Amino acid sequence: MEIVRSQRRNGSDGSGSAASLPLYKSAPSLEFRLEEFGQYAIDRLRVLQAISDGLSRGKKPEEMENLVSEQWRANMKHQDADKTLRKDIISHFVLRLVYCREEEMRRWFLSMETALFRYRFRLQNAEAQKSIMNELQLQYNVLGNAEYETIKDKLTEAARSVNFTSNPETVFYKVPFEDVPELVASRRVFILKGFAFVPRNQVVSLVCTIFRSNISKALALTNRKWRAMIQDQEKDRIAPMVEALGNVYLGPDYSKPKDCAEISLKDINQLASTSFPLCMRHLFGKLREDHHLKHQGRMQLGLFLKGVGLKLEDALAFWRAEFSQKVGAERFDKEYAYSIRHNYGKEGKRTDYTPYSCQKIIMSTPSTGDHHGCPYRHFSEENLRAALNKMGVGGRAMDDIMDKVRNRHYQLACTLTFEATHGTSCETGINHPNQYFVESRKFFESKNKQSQPTA
Amino acid sequence: MTKEKEEHREDPMQIDSNRVPTGSLLTDYLRIYYGKFFPYTDMFKWLAYGNDGKHPGCDSSYFGRREFSFTIKSDRDEIYLRFQSFFNASEMETSIKAKCPTKIDIGAVYTVDPAKRHAYAQSGFNPIERELVFDIDISDYDDVRYCCSGADTCLNCWPLMTIAIKVIDTALREDFGFSHILWVYSGRRGVHCWVCDSRARRLSKEQRSAIADYFHVYKGGENSLKKVTFSGPLHPFLARAYTDVLKNEFEKWVSTQKLFEHEERFHKILQLIPDESVVSELAEKWQGNSVRWEHLKHMLQSGSKKTQGLRRCIEEIVFSYTYPRLDIQVTKGMNHLLKAPFCVHPGTGRICIPIDPKKCEEFDPTSVPTVAQLIEELNANASIGADNYVEKTSLAASVHLFRTCFLEPLIKTCKDELENAYNTKIQQTKDSLNW
Repeated sequence: MEIVRSQRRNGSDGSGSAASLPLYKSAPSLEFRLEEFGQYAIDRLRVLQAISDGLSRGKKPEEMENLVSEQWRANMKHQDADKTLRKDIISHFVLRLVYCREEEMRRWFLSMETALFRYRFRLQNAEAQKSIMNELQLQYNVLGNAEYETIKDKLTEAARSVNFTSNPETVFYKVPFEDVPELVASRRVFILKGFAFVPRNQVVSLVCTIFRSNISKALALTNRKWRAMIQDQEKDRIAPMVEALGNVYLGPDYSKPKDCAEISLKDINQLASTSFPLCMRHLFGKLREDHHLKHQGRMQLGLFLKGVGLKLEDALAFWRAEFSQKVGAERFDKEYAYSIRHNYGKEGKRTDYTPYSCQKIIMSTPSTGDHHGCPYRHFSEENLRAALNKMGVGGRAMDDIMDKVRNRHYQLACTLTFEATHGTSCETGINHPNQYFVESRKFFESKNKQSQPTA
Repeated sequence: MTKEKEEHREDPMQIDSNRVPTGSLLTDYLRIYYGKFFPYTDMFKWLAYGNDGKHPGCDSSYFGRREFSFTIKSDRDEIYLRFQSFFNASEMETSIKAKCPTKIDIGAVYTVDPAKRHAYAQSGFNPIERELVFDIDISDYDDVRYCCSGADTCLNCWPLMTIAIKVIDTALREDFGFSHILWVYSGRRGVHCWVCDSRARRLSKEQRSAIADYFHVYKGGENSLKKVTFSGPLHPFLARAYTDVLKNEFEKWVSTQKLFEHEERFHKILQLIPDESVVSELAEKWQGNSVRWEHLKHMLQSGSKKTQGLRRCIEEIVFSYTYPRLDIQVTKGMNHLLKAPFCVHPGTGRICIPIDPKKCEEFDPTSVPTVAQLIEELNANASIGADNYVEKTSLAASVHLFRTCFLEPLIKTCKDELENAYNTKIQQTKDSLNW
């Protein structure tokens, strides 16, 4: 059995995590039954899906830690630590097979598994963490005293900028900056001549980057093996299960509009004012006003419209009608039409792009001249109030929404907006602009049905 | 030919002169430019990164796997040709001279020759190396400059670009440890930066993203009021940028842009202060008073107001106005195509020449040589029978700068790296043969 670590510990720390946290370096040569194959995978998938939901609702790290702990305990934990470990490893490798097959799936699986690893790592005690770091063969230099002396002022300065007080006892790791991209991106570490100086409390980021990189490579390899031989060899046994498992969760991605009929251009103004979420209303409005949008704005709105059911020919007509007023029809055809067709998967490598989810939109950063991103995040209070006013929101609802915004619960603010403008409650909470649209249409459709005279 | 050129000679003091060559005149000029001026050998040496020699460690396919793209203007149309590639300098020269592109872009180095990409499965054609690049446009600062807007620039607002070069160049060298950095004037309203260390060329998309975000301080689109927010003490990088560059540059900016003399201009600054009482107190006292900036600083620094968000207000104001505004997407992508140095900008006729970051304060965009000017000089030299006439034109200084400050140190490093990599490989082979 090639499990990386098999320490026996009484994992009674109540955190719900297994005493050992495997790194999934190589597939185990375990024997297990076909029923376990499916069941274990589904249980793990529940955990991953819960993580996905938690992240898209913008839960803070402490909340995520609790979530992971509970989910793990509920779905994966067994009284016997060895059995938990076995299930952990088997389920991971089964899901690798399931999610290695498409790029979007690989990306999702990689993100969720890394998140799962991150929070489980955080829940481990210091000794266990150190042990894992050694396993990952981190030949990282602990910062020596001499070098520490030369840069300690900067280390303190960096620590203070993230509200952390370091003291002479704090251990620092000196690593190439490439290994801690998240810390560099958020300016949470001091860097000098290409090295980042990572304090002990930030080491999670480092470990996760390595974990992620290893799993990413493994997924690519698994994909090749699957296509080359396994898929064929296993077509009567495992392959059908793998297919079925691939369809289980993931949540609708709205790339192929199903229930709502295709929308036509003549309806679009009406639909924009009744059923578009604020981010798309804003982009739509600016497009009408300026007859132009910058690239990210075109992507965000364009893919949304695709998800809403706007056909390619109509999309081209729509964008041409607007852009030609600013840049002329000829320039539109030359410079912009290509990328619209690209979005619909008709050019280049023919990927059918999926409309952006709230999480993606919230995380984007608009700059000068941009109108994309999440208005609840980026608009000033004054502008946001004005925009919501135009939607017909006022009074008490407005205050509730602004309160959510101040606390950075952007999706909840959007949900409240939906409730205020439709006069109904939205149980599920908004995490995708197309979901907002679909829910809105559902509401109006049922309202219309009710007002029809019965036979 | 001479007479036409007399008529179209550019007045070097004006950037947006309507004497810029267009249409067939531009094509004629480009033909001469590509015939006599464009530095093919230097560009090849740069992009080959040492793989152009006879050393057994050289990869002779390397240069040929680089993507170039050409923009070619004909009478009515503009054609864009991607995935151009060349085996060596000579092929590149022939192709450029034949096609006479109005713009040449440089893309990434791929796994295989871009011209042969269709022969490989989708997964076989990927970018594997690409310089770390930055693109800064002065039109992104339109909300804080009052002398120009859009594509225009003058000596009053160009300092914003100088600031950007200083802040970013220092960080790239000091913080990230890069040393082979090329800054290029983009020909009209901005600058490009090419970081060419091998470590930089091998960065993944995620790592480029991280670096872009490290520099991303000015955030928020058209509808947010406050684009810079500091919640606590500044990270060492920001503190250094502020102390060494931004603080003093802002003082100069206050005066050249007369920020506190016009109500709508200082009103914008007041909007960045998150305390109504401070704002109204200042607005009252400022009726007809011109030491406003000193007054503002004093009030915010005195600490008498304890409102949250005031502690870093001065820095926030300074950063909002002067901190570099990058086009983040350019830096994040691995296959984003960026204009090549030494191109002619079709809108201004100016050559995209390198800028020495150590002397960036001396750079004057209004006196950058234009293609018309160069051709004029060429003719003048020829008529007096001078030899090596290209080297006696205004472009010579730029080519010299490119070579001495950038190319030569880079090639030396590349050759060393190739040598070391090769020796290591040989040693490993030897080792594996030992019992």
